[in-house]
Amino acid sequence: MSSTIAYIIIGVSVLFIIGIKLLASPKTARIGNLVAAAGMLIALLTLHQPTGDYVWSHGWTFNYTLIAIGTVIGLIIGAIGAYSVKMTAMPQMVALFNGLGGGAAALVASLEFTNPDHEISTFIAVSMLFATLIGSLSFSGSIIAYLKLEGKFEKPMTFPGQNILNGLILLVIVGLGVYLTGHMNTTAFIVMFCLALFFGVAMVMPIGGADMPVVISLLNSFTGLAVAADGFAINNLAMVVAGTLVGSSGTLLTLLMCKAMNRPVTNVLFGAFGSGGSAQVGAAGIVGTVKPIQADEVALLLAYAQRVVIVPGYGMAVAQAQHSVRELSDELGKRGVEVQFAIHPVAGRMPGHMNVLLAEANDPYDQLVEMEAINPSMDRVDVCLVIGANDVVNPAAREDKSSPIYGMPIIDADHCKTVIVMKRSMAAGFAGIENHLFYKDNTRMLFGDAKASLNALIAAVKAN
Amino acid sequence: MDPNIPDIIFIFVLAIFVGIEVISKVPSMLHTPLMSGTNAIHGIILFGGILVLADADSTLTQALGFVAVVFGSANVFGGFMVTDRMLQMFKKKKK
Repeated sequence: MSSTIAYIIIGVSVLFIIGIKLLASPKTARIGNLVAAAGMLIALLTLHQPTGDYVWSHGWTFNYTLIAIGTVIGLIIGAIGAYSVKMTAMPQMVALFNGLGGGAAALVASLEFTNPDHEISTFIAVSMLFATLIGSLSFSGSIIAYLKLEGKFEKPMTFPGQNILNGLILLVIVGLGVYLTGHMNTTAFIVMFCLALFFGVAMVMPIGGADMPVVISLLNSFTGLAVAADGFAINNLAMVVAGTLVGSSGTLLTLLMCKAMNRPVTNVLFGAFGSGGSAQVGAAGIVGTVKPIQADEVALLLAYAQRVVIVPGYGMAVAQAQHSVRELSDELGKRGVEVQFAIHPVAGRMPGHMNVLLAEANDPYDQLVEMEAINPSMDRVDVCLVIGANDVVNPAAREDKSSPIYGMPIIDADHCKTVIVMKRSMAAGFAGIENHLFYKDNTRMLFGDAKASLNALIAAVKAN
Repeated sequence: MDPNIPDIIFIFVLAIFVGIEVISKVPSMLHTPLMSGTNAIHGIILFGGILVLADADSTLTQALGFVAVVFGSANVFGGFMVTDRMLQMFKKKKK
């Protein structure tokens, strides 16, 4: 490797590190993304062969035409995906892109591994097998995660002995991998590849849709590691650095997400919600009845309140109601009502999901308050408006030791003087757990589509 | 050319710690954009696809290499664009 290439790789690595660093702070996040993208572009333009020659200074062959066409097709797919996707569907898009990356990593490793021209050392063989295995697992797992977030088979799919079966499959995969490091056998390799694809499906299927963010984050770090292993195999340091950075930061991010839900990562992966029987969970110990309310009455409560807290959830996202929420909060603001948004770290389908949506509707930053910051003052709130949120306001997490979500930090909506829950129907939340909040004495239910209800509220508040 | 294995492992180990260190304090509202941003960075696998396809010498390897390039390219370009679109939403509100 010439020293010029080495310096370029150092520069690119620094750009990646600074990019990720800037991404971790709200003020600089967008610049951080651009810095990382700039690093990627420089690395692409100076891409070199393992021999040290620059790729683009080679003679132009038919293969280069294929490269150009493939890159442009990918660019178009990526652009269409990125710019046509609705804000609510962002998480799925990330899952999909991640899956494609994993698939690419698996293909690259497979092609290198099965290339008969190469004499490879054990270290390289292990890297390639690892990349094939992790990449294909990430590919199929991400596709399942995507489908689950799209609403296909959301419910966990489980059967007795599932973890044992998955363990056996994994054992066979590892066994084949060990065998393949010493002997090249195309059939064994293809079997391993297919088993890894199947394992990705089997791993994600039992996990409920509510846990998909954690799964996507984990698969994201898996893809990173597969890319790093590919980097080992084809001796490209930029790939090693970038892949490893993603692998380690992704693992930490996964743990942070689990921490925000107060659940150990093993619990997510090996199914705590996975036990999902037919009966609704946590129905025991509910006292009181559900009390419906009409929009006019809610509008009165809101218009004459001093302090209102809005708790948005996934229901707001599906109803695309963020603009109506904004309008309502502005209308109340004009009347001198203090309006705040209480943001649960895992409200919606992804951490930060609510922030993105509300920011899209131009809600002022300073109105968004994180859960820990708002909870101590919840008992001084007149009206708490819960819009399409469910599990994140379920007091069972605090009170009911038998509840699957016991111990998860929640927004203490039930401490407010009046709680208005806007909900489509009495169906249980994503985790499939009965919500004790709906039966509390100070709770009223406003049934209907979130957007339609909000518009009725806005009209009624204006009329007051 | 065979890579110098100890050197590469040295870089690998250091990169693990850097990756953990850079995001150790991140507010939960940025978890999604951060995941999306790092997702774009592993789109560097496009390079792997390009290198493999450049050397491909049979129709099968060309076809699979081509798929790898398309996937990698969608990952890297789509990844950065979708992240930018998310983060656009975070811009300061104009009065």
